[in-house]
Amino acid sequence: MSALPATATERFDCRKAWAETLEALAAEDERIIAVVNDSIGSSNLGAFRDHFPERTVNVGIAEQNMVGVGAGLANGGRIPFVSGAACFLTARALEQLKADVAYAGFNVKLVGQSSGIAYGELGATHHSIEDYSWLRALKQITVIVPADPFETAEAVRWAASHEGPVFIRLSRMPVPMLDAIDKDFVPGKARRICDGDDATIIANGTTVHIAADAAGQLRAAGLSVRVLDMHTLTPLDEAAVLAAAEETGAIVTVEEALVTGGLGGAVAEVTSANQPVPVERVGFPGFLPTGSVSYLFEENGLSPDGIASAVRRAVSRKKG
Amino acid sequence: MTIAMGNSDVIELIKEKALWMRRNAFRLVYEKQLGHPGGDFSAADIVATLYFGVLRFDPAQPDWPDRDRFVMSKGHATGTLYTALAAAGYFPVELLETYMRNHSRLNGHPNRNYLPGVETNTGPLGHGFPVALGIAIAGQITGADYRTYVLTGDGEQQEGSNWEAAMTAGNRKVRNLTLIVDRNRLQQGAGTEETNGLDPLDDKYRAFGWEVVELDGHDHKALYDVLGAPVGSREKPLCVIANTVKGKGVSFMENKAKWHHGVPNGAEFEQAMRELV
Repeated sequence: MSALPATATERFDCRKAWAETLEALAAEDERIIAVVNDSIGSSNLGAFRDHFPERTVNVGIAEQNMVGVGAGLANGGRIPFVSGAACFLTARALEQLKADVAYAGFNVKLVGQSSGIAYGELGATHHSIEDYSWLRALKQITVIVPADPFETAEAVRWAASHEGPVFIRLSRMPVPMLDAIDKDFVPGKARRICDGDDATIIANGTTVHIAADAAGQLRAAGLSVRVLDMHTLTPLDEAAVLAAAEETGAIVTVEEALVTGGLGGAVAEVTSANQPVPVERVGFPGFLPTGSVSYLFEENGLSPDGIASAVRRAVSRKKG
Repeated sequence: MTIAMGNSDVIELIKEKALWMRRNAFRLVYEKQLGHPGGDFSAADIVATLYFGVLRFDPAQPDWPDRDRFVMSKGHATGTLYTALAAAGYFPVELLETYMRNHSRLNGHPNRNYLPGVETNTGPLGHGFPVALGIAIAGQITGADYRTYVLTGDGEQQEGSNWEAAMTAGNRKVRNLTLIVDRNRLQQGAGTEETNGLDPLDDKYRAFGWEVVELDGHDHKALYDVLGAPVGSREKPLCVIANTVKGKGVSFMENKAKWHHGVPNGAEFEQAMRELV
């Protein structure tokens, strides 16, 4: 993914960490089942299927059925990981996510693959940028957006051990390993990537890496910027948001998602009610035109320059 | 629940429970002036047969892993489901009085977090069948011997998610799964065939890889014989098309679409109570 400037040279496909972690967990716990919609390849579950054929349930191209079957497997005491392209898993099966998973409260793990705009030129039908907004409305589902292979593996392990519905939003874009101040991954708790006093960038998933580069660029220009990796979208780490508002006085949110109703919306809700500060939101305005991933990122300000500009705007809006 | 009695006694018990369920379901609807009595009555004999003749369960252990599962996919028929669960001992009969009152555990559509014995939350149509399929697949994977039954309305079969589940169940030969279609031929506004026809429903399920049995959904003996029969050597999932009458048991309600969610006035309630004996 060329839109992600390198903070480290080596890049990783988080789907590898996801699949290897799931296989390791399945070897230890016979309750773990993979449920897929003809998505074994895109979910990188070929090896899982080979090792655990009897625990691989492929329902074909049928997302509503896939999520319902997941809820039923949970009723039967299994721990289903329901994995498919995020765009179809969330949009096609939204009522199943609402009624069968969130409202019924089954112990179902949902894994949205190739999320955001990973499918680039395939267009808006295959982009999953509305999912933050939809999933935020289903508060019962913990939503985790890992930024690198470490967070991916941690999220999958945690999801397996946690009793309750979890959605893990994965990307297929190669990303570097994050270098963070906070070494641990704790669901529901933002990771501090770097510290600063003048503003805070709150990002998650693929955008954390770009945010870190933007912060480096601003630091060289004399602005000290904190970067928070808000890997857990729901429940939001409100304490970290409010601390950022109080201590840095300006916030920029960056998400590979719609600019409304997602991470930026959540941060704006929390700050406006408790600690009003300027909030600039970087994300996508709506359905996107045909374009490569790197083009669409750049065009919509999801670049070090675009984020740095948003930080300057936020800082300039500070009172006093 | 273990039922140790002769077949004729079981049929008598089912008949008695079905009558009790109809009377009480209708009373709840009358008192709250809300509900879906037409579908309650078309399903009452099927549900009574399951709870009082077929299902293996223990109301004291609603989460018993080896219990048979019943999924009420036509979740609007709470009058029938709640009276069956109360009569089966899942909760005190007195709780029925709270039906659809503010903060009642007896919501207009069933919620598993509110009540023991409810296997999954239903209400939007086309949800219960895929969930029941998942329960049955879990049993296949683990080798558990519980059985899974799901009841859908016939109009509900218009939802495409049912056919996704039907295809998967047929292809995977999920033989421990039984689908019962409450074939009363009426949906909310009109007949199923004039709305979006389902016939020939039996051929459709056969084409999807199911064994199909058609029966009179108010004949307790026929229901008991088919639903209670062991899986045996059957290699396919079983679809039972239960031909029923919407509003069954009350003369002025039978076969009238308006009783899908119609509610009785005082005179209608009294007449129904005179007929339901």
